[in-house]
Amino acid sequence: MASSHGTPPVFNNKVVAWIDHRLPIFSYIEKEYHTFPTPRNFNYFWNFGAIATVMLVLMIATGIVLATNYTPHVLMAFDSVERIDRDVPQGWLIRDLHMNGASFFFIAVYIHIFRGMYYGSYKAPRELLWILGVVIFLLMMATAFMGYVLPWGQMSFWGATVITNLFSAIPVVGESIVTWLWGGFAVDNPTLNRFFALHYLLPFVIVAVVALHVVALHIHGSNNPTGIDPKGPQDTVPFHPYYTMKDGFGVVVFLLVYAGFVFFAPDYMGHPDNYIPADPLVTPAHIVPEWYFLPFYAILRAIPDKLGGVLAMFGAIAVLFILPWLDTSRVRSATFRPIYKWFMMVLVVDVIVLGFCGANPPEGFWVPLSQLATLYYFFHFLILLPVLGKIERPLPLPPSIADAVLKKKAV
Amino acid sequence: MRKLLATGVIALAALATGAVAIAAGTTEQPPQKKWHFQGPFGTYDRAAAQRGYQVYHDVCAACHSLQLVAYRNLMELGLTENQVKDLIKDIVVPDLNDDGQPIERPARPSDRFKKPFPNMAAAAAANNGKAPPDLSTIVKARANGPDYIHGLLIGYVPYDKLTPEQIKEFAVTKDDNFNKYFPGHKIAMAPPLADDKVAYTDGTKSTLDQQSSDVVEFLAWASEPHMEDRKRTGVRVILFLLALAGFMYAVKRMVWSDKH
Repeated sequence: MASSHGTPPVFNNKVVAWIDHRLPIFSYIEKEYHTFPTPRNFNYFWNFGAIATVMLVLMIATGIVLATNYTPHVLMAFDSVERIDRDVPQGWLIRDLHMNGASFFFIAVYIHIFRGMYYGSYKAPRELLWILGVVIFLLMMATAFMGYVLPWGQMSFWGATVITNLFSAIPVVGESIVTWLWGGFAVDNPTLNRFFALHYLLPFVIVAVVALHVVALHIHGSNNPTGIDPKGPQDTVPFHPYYTMKDGFGVVVFLLVYAGFVFFAPDYMGHPDNYIPADPLVTPAHIVPEWYFLPFYAILRAIPDKLGGVLAMFGAIAVLFILPWLDTSRVRSATFRPIYKWFMMVLVVDVIVLGFCGANPPEGFWVPLSQLATLYYFFHFLILLPVLGKIERPLPLPPSIADAVLKKKAV
Repeated sequence: MRKLLATGVIALAALATGAVAIAAGTTEQPPQKKWHFQGPFGTYDRAAAQRGYQVYHDVCAACHSLQLVAYRNLMELGLTENQVKDLIKDIVVPDLNDDGQPIERPARPSDRFKKPFPNMAAAAAANNGKAPPDLSTIVKARANGPDYIHGLLIGYVPYDKLTPEQIKEFAVTKDDNFNKYFPGHKIAMAPPLADDKVAYTDGTKSTLDQQSSDVVEFLAWASEPHMEDRKRTGVRVILFLLALAGFMYAVKRMVWSDKH
């Protein structure tokens, strides 16, 4: 049943043919995941979309099992999580998979975002594809934050208190909004209940946006390391078996690292304080969010003004939405942008520095360092990218993807 | 790209070491012990954990609850059902009878460890206003848990051994308990353990350090009773994934052979 892209496939199995004539799911899979022409020159950075999808499915599967054993009540939540760990058969495994899965989902997505930035995957005609990706990222952050509250440990409670309190910075209506979010006058049982409900709901919203992300991807196809469009069949390979195999291999290697943490260091990425039951009367010495929020937490604290900090933090994500228009260069891939390439690495280092700033108490040299790093973050997007596209002289692009592949092989 | 990545990794490593160098500093670090349960193949030392149970039972249990652990769980430490029943034969726990009246009945293996105080308020009232923490998750709930708790138990310094600078800096009085490893040094808990405080029955010399190590072994188990199962499963999962990755790579090479 090999068929080229565009001509409808013929199914030999009568049942499949009968169904497909009425509901063309088999044609769809054939077209989008088998014959789909895909640039032949992906490197392993292109695995992380598939890896992120696997992590999303894994999080939903383990999450549903956890939800069947969890009790969203301030007096019982902590013990019910420990009960999953201790008394539910293989409960420890499901919980370790879920809590480390959040970290590894973010690792996959951060590499995926880096890939998109380095190779200019957000440029025309893929702006909406990129924006949908940023929407997924935002939804993931909301979901992860609310999930971290559910075990109702000290960091759960105080993290929820700090983050929900951010909304009180909004002039005039801030306080009312916070009361509305909490469902009362403090973080308490109504807060925990609604966080649980939303933590269960949002992953399915993510699935829906991921579906849109994939639909948008399949209109113009994937970008590739050269950033130039495929010009004919010699530049592409069918998605299956070439990329199903390559993605499959990448997924297994990723799962290996993930399993290393799940089975041999399950609490490495968590905070010990979250094994202390929530106590509204005792504030932990340092309230820190999970590691994947640290750069944004640093930006929040870098600004001495509360409202300013909140705006800067949300602004750090807002700039990602307009990235396709901030970057004025017409060349996609950093491979052919000799200056941008280095500034992209500086941005990576900057975000890691922000992460360390977020992890440490805001005292001493961490304060000016986080301010400097915050300034650089916005400088990169708001000033450097628009200007660089105008003044940078890109390297000559290869005539085609096939040319680039064959030239590389010759070297 | 490769060169860029290498640069990134080096920058990251430099940053990480810098951050660690800064984090180490002020408070003294507890001694680093080699624990039986450390490492990818580490297991709980059953004998040490059983002695640790005795330390908990004879000393800690007077103030600290262990409410997430049930008596039956002790069978995971190598005790038989009859040994567990024997251990708890003198323990009575509160319950309600069929008429709804409060009664006390003998403990069963399925009961959670009996709490020393009926509730948090009573625990706080008996301990200068602050309830002693439950110990069920204590090893997971402290950074560097095993070493920290061991250090805390051996880290008391009597008032007359303190330097005048320490007394001044931390405003220590004769009634305070000074602990080298406790953040802020002044700790509400009086030194709980001492040489020969617990009478071991297996011939082990009952030193302060031995009791502290044993109770950490027991509490580490109480914090994560499934740890051995986790590591065993992990070894199998890693081996399986390694083999699968090898096969996947071989097939991927075969599939791509006509394109390279």
